[in-house]
Amino acid sequence: MTLFVQQLANGLALGGIYCLAAIGLTLVFGVLGFPNLAHGALYMLGAYLTFFFLTDVGLPYVVAILAAAVVLAFLGVVLERLVFHPLRNSPHTHHMIATVGVMFFLVAVVQEIWGTGFLRMESPVNGQVSVAGAQVSWQRIIIIVTAVVVLLLLTWFLKRSPHGQAIEAIEQDRTGAALVGINPSMVSMVTFAVSLALVAIAAGLVAPINLLSPGMGDSLSLTVFAIIILGGLGSLPGAIIGGFTIAIAEVMAATYISVGAGEAAIFIILIAVLAIKPTGIFGTVTQR
Amino acid sequence: MLLEVRGLGKKFGGLDAVKGVDLDVPEGQVTAIIGPNGAGKSTLFNLLAGFYRPTSGTVTFEGKDITGMKPHRTVREGIARTFQTTKLFDDATVLDNVLAGRVVRSKSNALDAVFHTPRHRRDERASKARAMEELEFVGAAHLRDRLASKLPQEAQKRVSMAQALATEPRLLLLDEPAAGTNDEETEAFGLLIRQIVARGITVCLVEHKMSMVMNLADQIVVLDHGQRIATGTPAQIKSDPLVIEAYLGANTDQAGAPA
Amino acid sequence: MTNRLNPRLLGVALIAIALLVAPFALSGQQYLLRVVTTAAIYAIAAYGLNIILGLTGQLSLAHGAFFGVGAYTVGLLTTDYDWSFWTAFLAAIVGTTVLGYVSGLIALRTQGAYFAIFTMALGFLIFIIVVRWESVTHAHSGVSGVKFPENIGPIDFTEPATMYYFVLLFLAGAAYTTHALLHSNAGRSLVAIRTSEDLAKSIGVNVAVSKQLAFTASATIAGLAGGLFASLNGFIGPDSTGIDRTFEMLLFLLIGGLGTVMGPILGSLLVAFLFEMLQDLETYRFIVLGPIIVLLVIFAPRGLIGYLNELVPARFRHRDTTPEPVASTTVSDTTKDGAL
Repeated sequence: MTLFVQQLANGLALGGIYCLAAIGLTLVFGVLGFPNLAHGALYMLGAYLTFFFLTDVGLPYVVAILAAAVVLAFLGVVLERLVFHPLRNSPHTHHMIATVGVMFFLVAVVQEIWGTGFLRMESPVNGQVSVAGAQVSWQRIIIIVTAVVVLLLLTWFLKRSPHGQAIEAIEQDRTGAALVGINPSMVSMVTFAVSLALVAIAAGLVAPINLLSPGMGDSLSLTVFAIIILGGLGSLPGAIIGGFTIAIAEVMAATYISVGAGEAAIFIILIAVLAIKPTGIFGTVTQR
Repeated sequence: MLLEVRGLGKKFGGLDAVKGVDLDVPEGQVTAIIGPNGAGKSTLFNLLAGFYRPTSGTVTFEGKDITGMKPHRTVREGIARTFQTTKLFDDATVLDNVLAGRVVRSKSNALDAVFHTPRHRRDERASKARAMEELEFVGAAHLRDRLASKLPQEAQKRVSMAQALATEPRLLLLDEPAAGTNDEETEAFGLLIRQIVARGITVCLVEHKMSMVMNLADQIVVLDHGQRIATGTPAQIKSDPLVIEAYLGANTDQAGAPA
Repeated sequence: MTNRLNPRLLGVALIAIALLVAPFALSGQQYLLRVVTTAAIYAIAAYGLNIILGLTGQLSLAHGAFFGVGAYTVGLLTTDYDWSFWTAFLAAIVGTTVLGYVSGLIALRTQGAYFAIFTMALGFLIFIIVVRWESVTHAHSGVSGVKFPENIGPIDFTEPATMYYFVLLFLAGAAYTTHALLHSNAGRSLVAIRTSEDLAKSIGVNVAVSKQLAFTASATIAGLAGGLFASLNGFIGPDSTGIDRTFEMLLFLLIGGLGTVMGPILGSLLVAFLFEMLQDLETYRFIVLGPIIVLLVIFAPRGLIGYLNELVPARFRHRDTTPEPVASTTVSDTTKDGAL
């Protein structure tokens, strides 16, 4: 039972990370209509930037994460302007190829600056707290709390602020949104900025409990794709439910079966979902 | 009857887009389907061509049950269609576009092409000859080497008809063949449709331009809210009180009352 | 019509002649000949990707993995199991065909973005199997001592020039197959799917079957190239199956020209030389190549061949679609002669 509670806390923390990363990905898909295959690489970059701000600049942990989020948000605007805006009338295959190019570029840049080896980021918050007899580290509690706070802020942003409302409008109906005079360029930029800020926060939160490596985005990117396929590309509630489902499944499979089973669980879920319902569980019903 | 439709229905998320439609398309005639916007005309076409799977009812073509058949099979059976917003392979030439319509009648496969078998060569020759014939028929032969996307709308519509004809249909479904054309062009398309019928191909069309419908159609079917509300000759339809009500109740500007 | 003036045929002939005389021009420079042979193998794989991405318009990110499966099949069978190259090569081709067909059954239920994501996951899955299944694949130690093709009569494949011509034979086959497909109804079905799936359906293309065939064929060709690669290289490691391979093939294809007949050859050769020049900058490679990919899709999505084709005078451009049987036979025959 104690083990279960402990693993549940681990699962929830991992779920928080997955949610933040998955929402970023699903937002871009919902608004721009293509999957950002560089998302995992951006997550990796976010972790390295947090490491840089914390260790080299000496900022406090939370400020370091925010700084990384700001840098990535800015990078998002730059990418949208330089890469995806010029491609707006091209087939989606071209967008995806461009994101692959961005992915390789980012991985190569990080390898160049920080090397190909693993980096360990000292956990800025130590200690544990006892929950129902299980020891849960403060870092995991911080992750869960931050994830919830960020999700609430995001919901507020999407429902209340003009830019957020525009994003939601476009997600739901692209042509309709154009008709009511929403500037799609602006929305694309904001979407990229929000998406990359979210993935940077996810990476900053996870950095103290995981090792950093240039390849750390690869497995995350698969997991996150599995989540948004499970949840339906472009669906926010789907990303949240999918994020926690996959995280808990992964942690439990790894605890009670084997580490390999945790990894395999993601693939099995992904392939099963695609085989049974190719548009995801919560995917919008196409009129066929 | 070339095409017999009985009790055809299609639901989208619990809503009836088409409900209990009966439709008979006699061979060698022009049947027009009219109705206010959102009456289910395009859905009906999509059901006939196999793009949607009906939730109820049957479709019989030349005495054969084709209900729920996929488009590539309905085309093989002899039903061709054009789209409301003209679709062509934009980065291909006009001739290649029409050649694409020959795919379904091709008897050679990929291996024949790789090994350049006599069957492949015969097939290619016949395809090209047929494609050119159809281009001449619609009056677009001189455009054959032009890129489809570079053509004016009216020419694109002709090419898309040639493409549909190249599949050797017995029944041609035309979704608003005159949309976006001026009066003169509309008249020319009317003539072209008559020539198609003269070749022994049955035509079924959805059209908003009433002058064209009244001129061409042997039989008119009126849909409203996914249901058939009237069938008859143009003269009968013009005086049908139900039809007049449906049109007056709907947006008369867009649909155009059948006056 | 005067065939000899067609700049397209001239270009094809020039590339063909250059490839044919390469071993003589490079005699004594074994290393360079090996680079060209390797480039030719990648070009074969790029032809596979060209069928599913270039012609059919579906972005398959599992292509590098199929290449790896072919390479590992030949690698493991000729070493640990001591099969002859020829049987192992056959097994690699049959194996990747079956793998492509089976994964296509699931992959092609999906469309567009889902297809890309699914194939990416498949690619990672295959990569992870190679890395984790140490008892069979030797994981990171890789497979060394992969056999060269055994002699056929007097033909000795350990001779670099012989191996080169052996690879060239398959390259010519891949180029010719692409050419033949483009001028056939089967190929037109694929191009129709790329342009508009709805329109393709409406003219009677069986979209599901066509995609399945294209995906399977692309896997077969990738596996074949992988098998050749293992034999030529003598050693293979897990990075032969990674997504980096897929990315490189994408690059070859984009530079040469998506959906064209000569694009994969041209792209692979050019990039091979580029890689050679950037060799000292191994890690910088992707810092340069990443942005090149992005610039290419933005400014030159049709690649070099697409660009060159636009320079070709219009009177030649659509020649091979003229309904004169004589003309179209000439085109294919020339390609055949030139390529072999």
